[in-house]
Amino acid sequence: MKKKKQSRIILEILGIILALIWLSPFYLMIVNSFKTKREMFEDTLKLPDVFSFENYTVAFERLDFIKTFFNSVLITVLAVAVIIIFSSMAAYALSRRGGKISGIIFMLFVAAMLIPFQSVMIPLVSIFGKLEMLNRGGLIFMYLGFGASLSIFLYHGTLSGIPKSLDEAATIDGANRFQIFWHIIFPMLKPVSVTVAILNIIWIWNDYLLPSLVINKPGMETIPLKMFFFFGEYTKQWHLALAGLTIAIIPVIIIYFFLQKQIIKGVSEGSVK
Amino acid sequence: MRNRNLWYWLFLAPALLALALVVILPLAFGVYYSFTDWNGIRTPSFVGLEHYKALFAEKEFRDALWFTTKFTVVSVFLINFFGLSLALLVTQKFKTNNILRTIFFMPNLIGGLILGFIWQFIFTKVFASVGELIGVEALEGWLSTETTGFWAMAILMSWQMAGYIMVIYISFLEGVPQELLEAAEIDGANSFQRFYHVTFPLVMPAFTVSLFLTLSNSFKLYDQNLSLTGGGPYNSTQMVAMEIFKTAFVENAMAFAQAKAVIFFLIVAAISLTQVYINKKREVEM
Repeated sequence: MKKKKQSRIILEILGIILALIWLSPFYLMIVNSFKTKREMFEDTLKLPDVFSFENYTVAFERLDFIKTFFNSVLITVLAVAVIIIFSSMAAYALSRRGGKISGIIFMLFVAAMLIPFQSVMIPLVSIFGKLEMLNRGGLIFMYLGFGASLSIFLYHGTLSGIPKSLDEAATIDGANRFQIFWHIIFPMLKPVSVTVAILNIIWIWNDYLLPSLVINKPGMETIPLKMFFFFGEYTKQWHLALAGLTIAIIPVIIIYFFLQKQIIKGVSEGSVK
Repeated sequence: MRNRNLWYWLFLAPALLALALVVILPLAFGVYYSFTDWNGIRTPSFVGLEHYKALFAEKEFRDALWFTTKFTVVSVFLINFFGLSLALLVTQKFKTNNILRTIFFMPNLIGGLILGFIWQFIFTKVFASVGELIGVEALEGWLSTETTGFWAMAILMSWQMAGYIMVIYISFLEGVPQELLEAAEIDGANSFQRFYHVTFPLVMPAFTVSLFLTLSNSFKLYDQNLSLTGGGPYNSTQMVAMEIFKTAFVENAMAFAQAKAVIFFLIVAAISLTQVYINKKREVEM
């Protein structure tokens, strides 16, 4: 028994060492973001002599961070809201009516998950260009198209477990389909909605390629998009670049530490289904 | 009857319309364009299989395909190895369990583009500085050769995705009945035997999901590739997704790029379907 306890302690120490290794890229980024160009040249591992926020003020300004951050929030929130509303509705329709057509449509949504973005991107840009929808609205609509598959799949699984007799009872009480869905079914889907929201937020918040093809107006860039241009300008000025990266990451890390349980649970449920 | 179905189509319309306009229609157009001389503007005329013949003869595309394949094999192995190891580690009864999980998962919250930039700093600056400190020249210029660029990407991907895969394995590991493991222990099975004969078969479904995710993610990799190596030096670390993007938007060869994109789709679909099919079959046998 004693031997078992000992090996557990050794394993735990191993775990902690691994965790420190896992964190080291963040450490190196943050520590060096406070250094001057010359200080960084001397040694990248040591702590800075003085913690100066000068790099941060410059990067914050050049990234136009408040506006960029707001753009990212706006697009992510709207896209995720649209995905939750319309995917849950579609999944409800598919699971309640059943039949051959529903089966085919459901398969179509699921099969679309196999299609890599690169194989549709060129015609996508061309089609949406002709429709004059290469803007934020178009981008959100595209996120619905790409996000619906997994979301409908997740909602569909849960909806199959909610008895139809519930709907029938409500119908007898005189409720129509919209009332049944929004007042009775949708509140019951809350746990799936959380999973759907988490998975889509992580993906959309971090997406680079799609916004880079769709958002062409200056002042509308999301964080990854702005970061790409920022980097191109400051490739040789690592102290500024690192401050910029840190600024972009900090909000995510703060939110993560508040919601870590839900996030990890959401991700595990999303991938296990 | 019509009225009874109206709600059905109303509920379905927005999602279905988006799927049609964003995925199905572009895919159909894309396949059509790949057989034409479309350049994004002029009306396309039919050229048959010309692009498909040309793309396999093109060195750049073949190199990208080969590099992507090599990278996928290595990173799928590494990610699953680390993912499962981490999962086995943090399902022990540690006091630090939750904080360890939180840390290992953290890189997944940050976009591939930003992660690539962070690691670009580490591979070029930190590695060089450490190399100088300990006198190992091999640590310098890590992103300037194909081999080190390859391993740089493999390290980045393992660091990022192992935590995600860990979460999947954890949810299956926690479902393994403790009585079964205890029974095996009483029967004299050592910890390796317990893992191999009891735990492993029971987490096989997790293996299916993880393999699917890591395979398709590694094969479709773009952001990390773009920000870490940019495909360089001399396109030697360029992966397929990036090659297609360049053909289309840098060289402006739209139809040719689209033919590559169709081949890319076929490969991704074939790999994913085969893998799921094989794993499902094995699951049943267990």
